[in-house]
Amino acid sequence: MTATALDPSPEVVALPRPAWGRHAIAAVVLGVLLIPVPLLLPQAQQAVAVRILVFALLSIGWNIMSGFGGMFSFGHAAYFGLGAYTSVWLLVEKGVSPWLGMLAGMVAAAAFGVLTGFLALRYRLKGAYFALSTFAFAEMLRLIAINSSFVNRAVGYNVPLRPQSSWAFMQFEPGSPNYFWIALALTVAALLVSIFFLRSRQGRFAVAVRDDEDAASALGIPVMRTKLLTIALSAAISSLAGAFFVQYYFFIDPDGAFGSSISIQAILPAVIGGVATIWGPFIGGVILGPLNDLTATLLRNPPAALSFLSGRAGLDVILYAVLLILIVLLLPQGVYGAIRDRLRRR
Amino acid sequence: MTTPPRAGGAPLTEGGTATAQEKEADAPPPSGRRPGWRSSVWTRLAVSFGIVVIAVVLAYLRAGNGVVVWQAVLTGLLIGGVYGLIATGLTLIFGVLDIVNFAHGAFLAIALYITVQAVTVLGVHPYLALIAAVPLMFLLGAAVQRFVLAPAMGKPLENQLLITLGIALLIDNLLLLFYGGNPKSAPLPGDHGIGVFGAVATLSRLLAFAVAIVLAGLLYLLLQRTRLGTAIRAVAANDRGAQMVGIDTRRIYMATFAIGTACAGAAGVLIAPLVTIEPTSGELFNIVAFVVVVLGGMGSVVGALVGGLIIGLTEQLGGLLLPGQSPLLAVFIVFVLVLFLRPQGLFGRIG
Repeated sequence: MTATALDPSPEVVALPRPAWGRHAIAAVVLGVLLIPVPLLLPQAQQAVAVRILVFALLSIGWNIMSGFGGMFSFGHAAYFGLGAYTSVWLLVEKGVSPWLGMLAGMVAAAAFGVLTGFLALRYRLKGAYFALSTFAFAEMLRLIAINSSFVNRAVGYNVPLRPQSSWAFMQFEPGSPNYFWIALALTVAALLVSIFFLRSRQGRFAVAVRDDEDAASALGIPVMRTKLLTIALSAAISSLAGAFFVQYYFFIDPDGAFGSSISIQAILPAVIGGVATIWGPFIGGVILGPLNDLTATLLRNPPAALSFLSGRAGLDVILYAVLLILIVLLLPQGVYGAIRDRLRRR
Repeated sequence: MTTPPRAGGAPLTEGGTATAQEKEADAPPPSGRRPGWRSSVWTRLAVSFGIVVIAVVLAYLRAGNGVVVWQAVLTGLLIGGVYGLIATGLTLIFGVLDIVNFAHGAFLAIALYITVQAVTVLGVHPYLALIAAVPLMFLLGAAVQRFVLAPAMGKPLENQLLITLGIALLIDNLLLLFYGGNPKSAPLPGDHGIGVFGAVATLSRLLAFAVAIVLAGLLYLLLQRTRLGTAIRAVAANDRGAQMVGIDTRRIYMATFAIGTACAGAAGVLIAPLVTIEPTSGELFNIVAFVVVVLGGMGSVVGALVGGLIIGLTEQLGGLLLPGQSPLLAVFIVFVLVLFLRPQGLFGRIG
């Protein structure tokens, strides 16, 4: 039996009528509604909006493995970093378009996820042990990247600048709305994939295995294969965030790709929005994304009471941390989960 | 609406606290070996020692220079003693409360900054900071357990992991906010190198090792010889049973977390003269302590000490065996191997 992340209510609830169609339509409508956003926002806020989407995408991937699949990952930086490094390596060393690099990154991340997942599951690691093993694998990738001249050691990669913008190489003038639209398309696609995954046979297998592995196995569900497929899907989605991240920020290094802060960035939006809910990671991303910018603005011109903090760093993460602790203690279903449950009870 | 409900999610019992049954479910599966094999502590120690000897020989073949290897062994053992003390605190928390404590390194970082304060503001010897750091960290640990972790006891493991992660982020960034990111130091006055059979060890390392071993020994006596220690071991072995014989488990949880945090505090003061002090300095020690805890066996104090020495050696010898790679890589390789091959660690649980 695996205890599911953040679910304090073990009682059996009757399956509500699935509303896959409604969720899918909501995702598409959301995507369409957000299209004009970059045209309305000033450039600085547009960067915040892109940031929100990147980390929502990363977290949507995390949620599939750790929320729906019940395998708590503390090492999603491995998949994010593999997506980033595979695409940028192909671009810089081989001149391959980042679009193809993205696909290659998905394959690399999924393969790494399946390999390490197989080892961890083969040796029946559970709970804390499983989480620590994912963390160890991500850290190993970071240490190897830092010391391998194959990927430029600790220096990392800069994306070569092109003379003019190009869709083929995913590079546009700074502040171009195209970046937002690409991130939006990827995020909506990831939402749709997680909706259709959940309604698919494979997704139901995954949830069944999470809830009761023995029972699922007794019903003839191939447990290992189900878990590995869930990990592969999760890794592939999170790798997209990494590949896009490099193209948008023009830079990646081992700490920024495989560091534990990225793994934390994958967990936070889902936990704050609601683990194992379709919309949780997205909503969590929207809540967390602007915090960074808000605190930076606050500390640039602090009110008198906070003047001793001017020019100091760290306030944004302090807010994340407090929010994380409060949410886990008070709203273990997350913001979206809590609202949904309240509506459902009515 | 969205999520299919989770039938029979967490196997929680009415008590609300993590039960012995749950602990067993979480415990790693027994290895498939014949019972009795490697049953004695001494056999396991001998096997560990044998592996270490092989690593030393390999390092010698690789480096081709005895002094280099002896220097690595000495440095590794000395820092390993401190790792052992850090991990002792973590393993207690792991064994008794079943919490994966990601905040342990952050507590250690607070002690580093207390030492910096003692040295720069009061101008006293860095080790005098022990007088302030150990009780302060004990109280902080008790408060954190009582007000933040206790409400989450008995919830799925991930909740506690996320809360301690939040505490770690909070502490690291409060330190960053108040002290800034510039590295600081707390050097030991009169620190100098001392020759040990051809290798060199600084006085600060020798002292840190000696005091760490003494403190870990005292903690071992506390656990084995006092009423409190017996109660802690009882709760670790079976909290339901301990409750039935009249032990106030909630108080024991609080005391254990406080003692574990105080260990991190003491270790922080001891290593302050050896490291560059930054808000994130604790993270590395947190990672190393996890490895040591898993290697030694969650909840085993002796395991934490032996594991600390082994990981100290691994780090140093790994630097020789995998030249050009970070010494931490060897630590992670050992970690993953232990997770796969002997997840219950060298010495298993308390009691």
